[in-house]
Amino acid sequence: MPSASLSLLKKRAQLLQQLRAFFYARNIIEVDVPALGRASVTDIHLQSIKATSQGQKLYLQTSPEFYMKRLLAAGMESIFYLGKSYRDEEIGTLHLREFTLLEWYRHGFDEHQLMQELAELFQYLNDNIKIQKLSYKEVFLKATQINPHLATEEQLRTFAKSCLDITWCDEEKSIWLDLIFTHLVEPMLPKGICFIYNYPSCQSALARTSIDDEGDPVARRFEAYWDGIELANGYWELKDVEEQRTRFEHDLQMRKKKALEAVPIDEELLAALAEGLPDCAGVALGVDRLLMCLTGETNIKNVVPFS
Amino acid sequence: MASYSTNEFRSGLKVMLEGDPCSVVDNEFVKPGKGQAFNRVKLKNLRTGRVWERTFKSGESLEAADVMDTDMQYLYNDGEFWHFMEPKTYEQVQADKNAVGDASLWLVEQDTVTVTLYNGAPLAVMPPNHVELEIIETDPGIRGDTAQGGNKPATLSTGAVVKVPLFLSTGEVVKVDTRTGEYLGRAGK
Repeated sequence: MPSASLSLLKKRAQLLQQLRAFFYARNIIEVDVPALGRASVTDIHLQSIKATSQGQKLYLQTSPEFYMKRLLAAGMESIFYLGKSYRDEEIGTLHLREFTLLEWYRHGFDEHQLMQELAELFQYLNDNIKIQKLSYKEVFLKATQINPHLATEEQLRTFAKSCLDITWCDEEKSIWLDLIFTHLVEPMLPKGICFIYNYPSCQSALARTSIDDEGDPVARRFEAYWDGIELANGYWELKDVEEQRTRFEHDLQMRKKKALEAVPIDEELLAALAEGLPDCAGVALGVDRLLMCLTGETNIKNVVPFS
Repeated sequence: MASYSTNEFRSGLKVMLEGDPCSVVDNEFVKPGKGQAFNRVKLKNLRTGRVWERTFKSGESLEAADVMDTDMQYLYNDGEFWHFMEPKTYEQVQADKNAVGDASLWLVEQDTVTVTLYNGAPLAVMPPNHVELEIIETDPGIRGDTAQGGNKPATLSTGAVVKVPLFLSTGEVVKVDTRTGEYLGRAGK
């Protein structure tokens, strides 16, 4: 039995077509990069599904990012990918281990220009949608009265334990930020589309970092929420190959500390960064969740053919 | 004893939390795209009935609780304890007021009930959905008044008070829904 209704599958087909039309009209080139790679993401919060072929260990890519960046370094300008990505250990009403991702990169853009383009995409899909743009600090302060950029791990832990029933502990500031943001900030986000930008620098992942107007160290990263559901994550992309290698190696040390499986660093990506990635911004958007928001479905299983 | 990881938490799973057996009510997976995964879990404490909402880091685990639902025959009440018997092994257990709770209003000798055992001792008792009980006290029946609506309170042999139609009298046996306490009809009809 299909897990989505037939009428929903027709809406899904229509959405895929609309998304492609949006990018083709802007001369952004579609690239269908591989799903399998010899290396994968080192991020401790992303686990790759493994496959074996001819005795070789391969990884289903958690996003098309590394292959797309290699294409950008090779000289392609603005590109998009619309297809499957895979993440192990993620199953829930908003998570599938195999899901559809729309990812695109814009040559010469920073993250604010890319947010503008994403806003245009949302308006193209729903011309009544209300769109707001708020900084991470603004929404975090409103929910907690704590400045997330300056807060210590201890301050965040004390606050979280006063609001939520938890018994575990963790030394990492970033985990307390994740806990507070998902449990206490997201439910307070405004209806409609809400862009959150200037993330704490400890959550930079593959984004550049800088000092904002108020003197706080921030990651040039953003997220888009629709009615409080996380839909998209974007960066003003990090170009510095040495910085990137340091972050990958730090991830691997953390993996070791947390007894997570080691993952080979994508040396081909680093070689491409060494060749030179153009100035660009990129964003990845969960298409299944987007379809949920457009149709009012509350379980991701109801918007995919089979789950 | 086995243990279960957060990704195995399903509704109805029995686990130990802070020394008490609990039943998982709901398990929500929460994870930012780039960030730590959590499970927001609702658990019902089977001893106190209290529902807790606790957030775990995904991958944490809890010990399984040695809790089992068993069909048993209700034997009798000795004034302090209610006695039940496992029909195949003839093994008997006694449950106190805490474990029996409101189910005492619906316990009929010989009836089969569900007894939740924790480490072999009764933790809770669930009566059958429908039971038949004798009316021991009610206002006199109004003969011929079968069509008209209206009802009156009747005390049953267990002490339960239910609303019954006006035509019923003391000594008659009625069928009652134990989940709602509603009169369903005269026994045998």
